[in-house]
Amino acid sequence: MISLEKRPTPSRVWTYATPFLAVALTVIAGGLMFAALGKDPVAAIRTIFYDPLFDPQFAAYSRPQLLVKAGPLILIATGLALGFRAGVWNIGAEGQYIIGALTGAAVGLALYPADTRMIFPLMVIVGALGGWAWAMIPAILKTRFNTNEILVSLLLVYVAENLLASMAVGRLRNPEGGGFPGSRNLSQWDSAANPELIANTGMHWGVVAAFIAVIFAYILLNRHLTGFHIRLAGQAPRAARFAGVEPTRLVVLCLGISGALAGLAGIFEVTGPAGQISIDFNVGYGFTAIIVAFLGRLHPIGIALAGLLMALTYIGGELASFMLGIPAAAIQAFQGMLLFFLLAVDVLTNYRVRLGRREASA
Amino acid sequence: MTAPLLSIQGLTKAYPGVVANDDVSFEIGKGQIHALLGENGAGKSTLVKMIYGLVTPDSGRMEIAGQPHAPATPLQARDAGVAMVFQHFSLFDALDVAENIALGMTDPPPMRDLAARIREVSDAYGLPLDPDRIVGDLSAGERQRVEIVRCLLQDPRLLIMDEPTSVLTPQEVEILFATLRKLAAEGTAILYISHKLEEIRSLCDAATILRLGKVVGRCDPRETSARELAEQMVGSTLSSPARPAHTPGDTLLTVENLSLPPAHAFGTPLRDIQITLARGEVLGIGGVAGNGQDELLAALSGERLSPRGTVTLDGSDLSRAGPEARRKAGLLSAPEERLGHAAAPDMSLTENALLTGHGRKGLTGRGFIDWRGAAGFARDIIAAFDVRTPGEGTAARALSGGNLQKFVIGREVLQGPTVLVVNQPTWGVDAAAAAAIRQALLDLAEAGAGVIVISQDLDELMEISDRFAALNEGRLSAPVPAATLDVKRIGLMLGGAHDMEAAE
Repeated sequence: MISLEKRPTPSRVWTYATPFLAVALTVIAGGLMFAALGKDPVAAIRTIFYDPLFDPQFAAYSRPQLLVKAGPLILIATGLALGFRAGVWNIGAEGQYIIGALTGAAVGLALYPADTRMIFPLMVIVGALGGWAWAMIPAILKTRFNTNEILVSLLLVYVAENLLASMAVGRLRNPEGGGFPGSRNLSQWDSAANPELIANTGMHWGVVAAFIAVIFAYILLNRHLTGFHIRLAGQAPRAARFAGVEPTRLVVLCLGISGALAGLAGIFEVTGPAGQISIDFNVGYGFTAIIVAFLGRLHPIGIALAGLLMALTYIGGELASFMLGIPAAAIQAFQGMLLFFLLAVDVLTNYRVRLGRREASA
Repeated sequence: MTAPLLSIQGLTKAYPGVVANDDVSFEIGKGQIHALLGENGAGKSTLVKMIYGLVTPDSGRMEIAGQPHAPATPLQARDAGVAMVFQHFSLFDALDVAENIALGMTDPPPMRDLAARIREVSDAYGLPLDPDRIVGDLSAGERQRVEIVRCLLQDPRLLIMDEPTSVLTPQEVEILFATLRKLAAEGTAILYISHKLEEIRSLCDAATILRLGKVVGRCDPRETSARELAEQMVGSTLSSPARPAHTPGDTLLTVENLSLPPAHAFGTPLRDIQITLARGEVLGIGGVAGNGQDELLAALSGERLSPRGTVTLDGSDLSRAGPEARRKAGLLSAPEERLGHAAAPDMSLTENALLTGHGRKGLTGRGFIDWRGAAGFARDIIAAFDVRTPGEGTAARALSGGNLQKFVIGREVLQGPTVLVVNQPTWGVDAAAAAAIRQALLDLAEAGAGVIVISQDLDELMEISDRFAALNEGRLSAPVPAATLDVKRIGLMLGGAHDMEAAE
């Protein structure tokens, strides 16, 4: 029998080794699955992990996509992780992302066709405020009426999606668009555009913001008393109260930060890669970011790496299904395996595995 | 003594890094009350868990009435006639007594029959218990009776009791002892775990003393002095805390007309509490668990705020100030629950030192943490209070209870409080560590601070208090000088409102 025994203190070695072990296990299990489907497992793994970055034929297109996709994931996940560390569960980043894009774009479009670069920063600020305000709804309901922030923030996603659809065909529709739904293209209007900063890298202001957010979150969590209180409240709520942490203040702070960062991700997306407000503008970054946050162990640096890895499997997965004819479901299963193994081997950090006789917990 | 009921030979159990039980052998006869003595970490819990089927031994043999006893689960142990009353009760507050007992049975009879059986057994053994009452409304002593009756319904041959008196008033202890003696007279063997030596001397006919997993002594506790027993347990001679005589100074802390509703459904309200604490004074507050100790500590620490004018330190009103503001003003506290309340289990000692120490120790500048300073503070605590740990980077949960308690108390004492409030400062702490903690509290008072010690350990309160008051259902009695009291009077102060007399 195999039994698990809790370690007195978490293992340092395994904290760093588990992600690599997980990737290795995923490659083995995924390779077996691809082989069972009659595909060459080596080619499949190579197409997912290697070709998007280094293949001469595809890298030119897919390498910039890496940052384009990873940027919003990292930006949103960093904010969410602060809340998750504190035990504040914002599940509605997708909604805050939509509202950030909507409010920011609305302010920009109201000023169309003014010709000044001041419009873009204004849109960014309003976008962040929009996401923040949308997150304040669950925050205030929780602190005032003790509602569950998981439910409220999640349900507000669907409200936001309907607002988006109504705006895309209504108030924000492009008057010169021949009646098609969708706003003017912001990325083609210099005053509001979020351009690629270095050609062929995918680097735009949203990616810059993501890395700044990672650094700030790192400093906050490791060097600042507020970050300490966030960690404390998540690990030992009673000890946090004893230390003098105000739970309501923490709820407002964490939901506010994660909402503002999600709103930022939205406005950077709508002014850059997406270009316009459309009915299906949101593609699930807000939900995927929850996975990214946990993959990165709620640690800012880990989230940056997890965001890049997640983006890579999406791009590589598309490439593999396009090039090798691997079914999309198999690609999703492969991504699922990666998550599964990452979370499963995590147990090694806090437990040691013992082979032998049954051992009751002492 | 007839043939032994339980015989244990060479029982050994090792965990990574520590041998919890090393070649332990002893015997319990039929009808014997056998004490298992030892400090925290001596291996008492592991030993009884092996007898009760919760832990499998690495080697060694157990026999019950000549039959091999190797239970893989508590169910098998119960089938072999072993019953156990745990130190921490496993009862559901919202269910009634009979329902709780039925939940612990493999094949419960119909509720009406069970209620009748409960009445029968509780009458027979002098344990008054109403099967229809909701457990949430019972006192700690009554809850323990539920656990004992639950065991007695199985007709056990061996009853294991783990620290049963830590939650009882002296009068309730007498009732319990009468029950245990009656059971023993009927032939039930009792394995009695405790560190209260006087109790063991009055109750038990044999004792096995454990230290660091090994049997270090066997004796007849009726013929051995408490001091000898303690020294065998600790392995060295003990020093009692020194309490120099002094005259109290001016008033530091006043609590006036403090009333608070309960924080949750089964909590205790505080009713019209009055306290004055003078410079250099130790005020002992006794009481049976669940009579408002946690609530009083929360009201003093600032975790719960109270109406204006109810809590005053040195002339400034702190009633509406949170924990951090109270610490700045000099009112510090250490709650009972070490893991999860006084300290964060998964955080390092450095982080736990920061938890309450950052303000008074100046460990932050504009909110940024001085980690070196915090580690230094943690090392100071470790050194000054002899905390046994590999270093300040160790997680709090890796420390033994006694060491963590020394750390928690040390953290507050080294911040130089004006007034320190502690709840159960030596609960579950070994004798040597308890003596060190008590001495630190006395030294603090002598240096001019005021100290409030909330405790259920009456010997402790008698030893260190200048004045003594009792908490009962959220009311605090008027304090009396500790020197004028004996244990019997204290018992009456504590338990006035509970029904104390044994059933006829």
